[in-house]
Amino acid sequence: MKNVAIFGATSAIAEQVARLFAAEGCRLYLVARRADQLERVAADLRVRGAAEVFTFLLDFDDTANHASMLDDCARRLGDIAVALVAFGTLGDQERCKRDVAAAQAELRTNFMAPALLLTGLAQRMEDRRGAVIAAIGSVAGDRGRQSNYVYGAAKGGLDILLEGLRHRLAPRGVAVVTIKPGFVDTPMTASFPKGPLWAKPDKVAGDIRRAIEKRRPVTYTPGFWRLIMLVIKSVPRAIFYKTKL
Amino acid sequence: MTRSYLSWGRFHRFGHEAVRPSRDQDMPGLLGGALPHPMLAYGMGRSYGDSCLNDGGALIDMRGLDRFLDFDRDTGVLTCEAGVSLATILGVISRRAEPDALWFLPVSPGTKFVTVGGAIANDVHGKNHHGAGTFGEHVLSFRLARSDGSVMTCGPGENEPLFRATIGGLGLTGVILDVRLQLRLVSSLILEVEDIRVDSLDEFYRLSEDSLAEWEYTAAWIDCLAFGTALGRGIYTRARHAPAGTGPVRSRPAGADSGKTGSAKGRLGVPVSAPDGMLNNTFVKAFNAVYHRKLAGRKVVRRLVDFDPVFYPLDAINDWNRLYGNAGFLQYQSAVPDQDAYQTTRDQLGLIAEAGQGSFLAVLKTFGERRNPGLLSFPVAGTTLALDFPNRGNPTLDLLERLDEVTARAGGRVYPAKDGRVSAARFQASYPQWRDLAAHADPAFSSSFWRRVTGGHADHQDESPT
Ligand SMILES: Cc1cc2nc3c(=O)[nH]c(=O)nc-3n(C[C@H](O)[C@H](O)[C@H](O)COP(=O)(O)OP(=O)(O)OC[C@H]3O[C@@H](n4cnc5c(N)ncnc54)[C@H](O)[C@@H]3O)c2cc1C
Ligand SMILES: NC(=O)c1ccc[n+]([C@@H]2O[C@H](COP(=O)([O-])OP(=O)(O)OC[C@H]3O[C@@H](n4cnc5c(N)ncnc54)[C@H](OP(=O)(O)O)[C@@H]3O)[C@@H](O)[C@H]2O)c1
Repeated sequence: MKNVAIFGATSAIAEQVARLFAAEGCRLYLVARRADQLERVAADLRVRGAAEVFTFLLDFDDTANHASMLDDCARRLGDIAVALVAFGTLGDQERCKRDVAAAQAELRTNFMAPALLLTGLAQRMEDRRGAVIAAIGSVAGDRGRQSNYVYGAAKGGLDILLEGLRHRLAPRGVAVVTIKPGFVDTPMTASFPKGPLWAKPDKVAGDIRRAIEKRRPVTYTPGFWRLIMLVIKSVPRAIFYKTKL
Repeated sequence: MTRSYLSWGRFHRFGHEAVRPSRDQDMPGLLGGALPHPMLAYGMGRSYGDSCLNDGGALIDMRGLDRFLDFDRDTGVLTCEAGVSLATILGVISRRAEPDALWFLPVSPGTKFVTVGGAIANDVHGKNHHGAGTFGEHVLSFRLARSDGSVMTCGPGENEPLFRATIGGLGLTGVILDVRLQLRLVSSLILEVEDIRVDSLDEFYRLSEDSLAEWEYTAAWIDCLAFGTALGRGIYTRARHAPAGTGPVRSRPAGADSGKTGSAKGRLGVPVSAPDGMLNNTFVKAFNAVYHRKLAGRKVVRRLVDFDPVFYPLDAINDWNRLYGNAGFLQYQSAVPDQDAYQTTRDQLGLIAEAGQGSFLAVLKTFGERRNPGLLSFPVAGTTLALDFPNRGNPTLDLLERLDEVTARAGGRVYPAKDGRVSAARFQASYPQWRDLAAHADPAFSSSFWRRVTGGHADHQDESPT
C-alpha cells in the first residue's frame, strides 16, 4: 500500500496514472483546484481500488500555500512514496508574444509553481530513500521554437531544475523522474487537429507508471519522441529557421 | 475538431463536428449553444448502422465521461458516468470482487465494449432476456442533460415519462450524464456450459422449451447456408453460473480489464481493413463447417469456463469488423412474436440460404415474456434472429428488404441498434410508439437514423401528440 501524491489530479494524464495506482490498492493524496471535478475523480479512484483517497483544493499559482498543503499531506497521507507533479497550462503563444501578463501567467504556472512545489517536496522527501519524485515536462522544452517558446521555456526550465534535483538527491536514494510527453489527446489540446503522432492519455499513463517503477531519469512518451527530438535538436539553425515548427 | 466517427458496420461514411467532454459540468454549456445542431451522443460506436451517427451534425463522444461515482458492495448499486464501458465494470467490479459478494452485470450484449449510456439508449438485451429482461430494467435512475440547459433526474417515479422515453430512446432525448445501476449477485464467474448440436429448426425450438427454466443464458449459432432438411442446423449453447467455489479454470478473458478499442494484450487485432473483404462465401462455408465440427460429432459437449469467451466470443479479435473490407457490412436483426416465430424464422433462413449472401454470424435467441421498460425497446416475446452480411450493394439491400417483408408479415420488427437501411414506412408501422418518443425528444437532438425513419426532425415534432 504505497502512498502516492498527485499534484494536478484532474489532469487527463494524471487521472489515468492515478487509476493505475488505484488498481494497485495505493493510498492517494490528490490536489487540484476545481472542487467538483476533484471529488468526482476521487470517487472514481475509490471504486477502482484505492485503499484511501484524500483530496486538497489548491491553485498551484498560489505558491504561498504550497507549504500548508504539504503539511496537510504529511498529516493525512503520511510519508510520500511517489509524488507526481502534473498540472500545467498550454497558453496561447500568440497572446504570450504580445501580452506580458499572459506570458507571465504561462511562466508562473508551468515553471514557477512546479519549481517551488518541487523544492518543497524535495525538502520533505530527501530522507525517504526509495521514494520517487516525478514531474511532467514536455518535448516542447527540448528546443526553443517560434511557435511555442514561452511554454517551451517554462518546461525547459523545469527540465533543468529536475536534472539538478536528480543530481542532488541521487546520493540519498530518491529518484527524480522527468516525463516528456509528445502530443497527447487531452482537454489541453482539444482544439488541435489530431494526426498519427497523437497518443491517448492511458498510453502515456502506462509509460509514466513504468518510468516511476524503473526510476528512469528521463522518459519520452510515446517512446518515438526521443528520436524525433534528437533530430529536432540537431537540425542546424540555418535550416531550422526555414521551418515553421 | 473533426475526427472520423464510424458505426460498427463501417457502411455509412459521414462528416461530424465532434467533441469529447471530460467533465459533466461542461455538458450544459456544450448543449446550450456551444455545439452546432442537431446533436447526438456517441458511445463506443458498437451500433451497426446509423443510429449512433449524425451526418453533418455534432457528435458528443462520451468516452471521456468514464468515472465510477460510487459502488455499494452491500446492495450492488453502482453509480457511474455514462461513458463507462461494460468491460470496465466487469474488470473493476466483478473481477476484483470478494468471492462472497460477486456482483455481475444483470444484462450484457454480445460485446462488452459498449458504454452504459449506449446500453440504455438501445435498451440492450443479452442471452438471459427470458430471465432478466433488458438493460433498462436494471437502471434505477440517471441524470439527463438537455439543450435548454437543464439536467433532469429520471427514474421510476421521477420524471418517469422521460425515463421511459430515454430507455431505448436512441439518444434523442438528450445526454445521459450518469447512471445508478442495480448489479446482480452471482455464484461464480465461471459458467457451466452445454453446447448441443441441433440438426434442424424444430430441434432449436424443442431445446428452447426445455432449457429456459433451468438455464439463464441461451442462444444458438445457426449455419445459415444450410438448405432443405439441414435448414436451421447449428449449435445451441446454454449456460448458467457455476456453484460458488467452482474453479479456477484455464481461460483467457479477452481484454477483460481494458475497455479500450485499441489493441489490448492477449487479443488478436485486425490492423487495417481487408482489401476486398476476406469474408467471401468460401471462407464463410469453411468457417461454418469448422464451427459445427467443434462438437466433433458429439451431440453435447459440457464444459466449465470463464464467462468471457462464452459471452463475448468476438471480443477476442480486435476490430474484427474490418474483415469486411472498406465497403463495410450490415447486420439484420429481427424479432418476431411467438405465434408465427417458427414459420417466420424458417422463411427467413430459407431466403438467406437461397440468396447465398454469406452470413458469417447467425444467432438465434428467445425473447421472454417481459414488459419492456422503454418506449421503443426492441424485444417482443418470441424469436430474434441476427445475421451479418457483407455489403455488396443492391443485392444485399434487396435481400434485407425481402427479409423485412417476412418480418413485417409476422408482426415483427428490426432492431434500430443494428439497422442502417429499413424504410420509414416499415419502421413507423412496427414501432407505432415512435411519435411518443418524438414528443419527448430534445428539439436539438437527432441522428441519421432518426431522420431516415421519420423523414426529418422538424415535421414530426409538430405532428406528434403531446
Ligand atoms: C459484436 C456485437 C454484439 C452485439 N450484441 C448485442 C446483443 O446481444 N444485444 C444487444 O442488444 N445489442 C448487441 N449489440 C449492439 C450494441 O449492444 C448496441 O448497439 C449498444 O447500444 C452500443 O453501445 P455503444 O456504447 O457503442 O453506443 P453507440 O453505438 O455509440 O450509440 C448507440 C446509441 O446510444 C446513444 N448514446 C450513447 N451514449 C449515450 C448517452 N450518454 N446518453 C444518451 N444517449 C447515448 C447514441 O446516441 C446512439 O443512439 C452488439 C454489438 C456488437 C458490435
Ligand atoms: N496534452 C499534451 O499534449 C501534453 C504534451 C506535453 C506535456 N503535457 C503536460 O502534461 C501535463 C498534464 O496535462 P494534460 O495533457 O493532462 O492536460 P489537462 O487535462 O488540461 O490537465 C492540466 C491540469 O492542470 C491543472 N492546472 C493548470 N493550472 C493550474 C493551477 N494554477 N492550479 C491547479 N491546477 C492547475 C488543470 O486544472 P483545471 O482543469 O482546473 O484547469 C488541469 O487539471 C501538463 O503539465 C502538460 O503541460 C501535455
